[in-house]
Amino acid sequence: MLVEVRLRPDVADPQGATIERALPALGFAAVEGVRVGKAIRFTVDAPDEASARSDVEELCRRFLTNPVIEDVEITVS
Amino acid sequence: MTAVGVVLFPGSNCEHDVAEALGALGAEARIVWHGENQLGDVDAVVLPGGFAHGDYLRPGAIARFSPIMSALSEFAAAGGPVVGICNGFQVLTEAGLLPGALQKNRGLRFLCTTVTVRVETIQSSLTIAAKSGTLLRLPINHFEGNFTCDAGTLAELRADDRVVLRYVENPNGSVDAIAGVCSAERNVVGLMPHPERASDPLVGSEDGRVLLRSLLQSAGMRAVTVGS
Repeated sequence: MLVEVRLRPDVADPQGATIERALPALGFAAVEGVRVGKAIRFTVDAPDEASARSDVEELCRRFLTNPVIEDVEITVS
Repeated sequence: MTAVGVVLFPGSNCEHDVAEALGALGAEARIVWHGENQLGDVDAVVLPGGFAHGDYLRPGAIARFSPIMSALSEFAAAGGPVVGICNGFQVLTEAGLLPGALQKNRGLRFLCTTVTVRVETIQSSLTIAAKSGTLLRLPINHFEGNFTCDAGTLAELRADDRVVLRYVENPNGSVDAIAGVCSAERNVVGLMPHPERASDPLVGSEDGRVLLRSLLQSAGMRAVTVGS
């Protein structure tokens, strides 16, 4: 499983803003909309993909994200 | 004597400061290990500052699942005074006992300085002995103290007079310059500044004492109610 935790679009991201401000000096003037999140990878033992996904959604809701400021994208791979 | 439980998580680092400051005010502070299932016979609880469980994942994210948290939730639900200071505030928001979340500071700096905060309401277990509008000089010491919540929650906090402390000059980008909030029942309070580090002239300020005295006063009132 790959869980990507991201700040919700309406939450300010000081890390992303700082990276974006540094980019023109490095010659990457065309990069914009930088947002920093985190990626969490793990394996799940489950009978099928749907139940694995539903377990991980619950895990994300209760623990891996703070729904007040973060949302998540779950990829089964 | 008023007994206050001070919860020690692995990584807490302000528990002895809190215990010392409460002891100087005549209370008995008892350090309670986070792995316990019971708080014991206490009249109030403090979650002190530090880096509970290393702040891994998010500050407070793992601490909220510590065994003691069930007892703490029950204590809070029964009206017991609970105060979370700094990392303790982060734990209380993660546990859902207080609204909002504490984000990284605007400007991405770890802030270690003294700020001025205004007492916005005396209707909370941390301000009952203070005067509304009083300015207090208190130390802050945090990287993730930027209080964030959605517009609906903010409107509710304002309408219900649940903003307990505001920064006079916003140091960290907190929405509406919020330094401390309380629960709907007003017994659970979280704040980023450290009142225990401003409890003796020797350390530069005793402005925090009125907050700790408020907590003990709330605890005493509860002890009388529960005892009768």
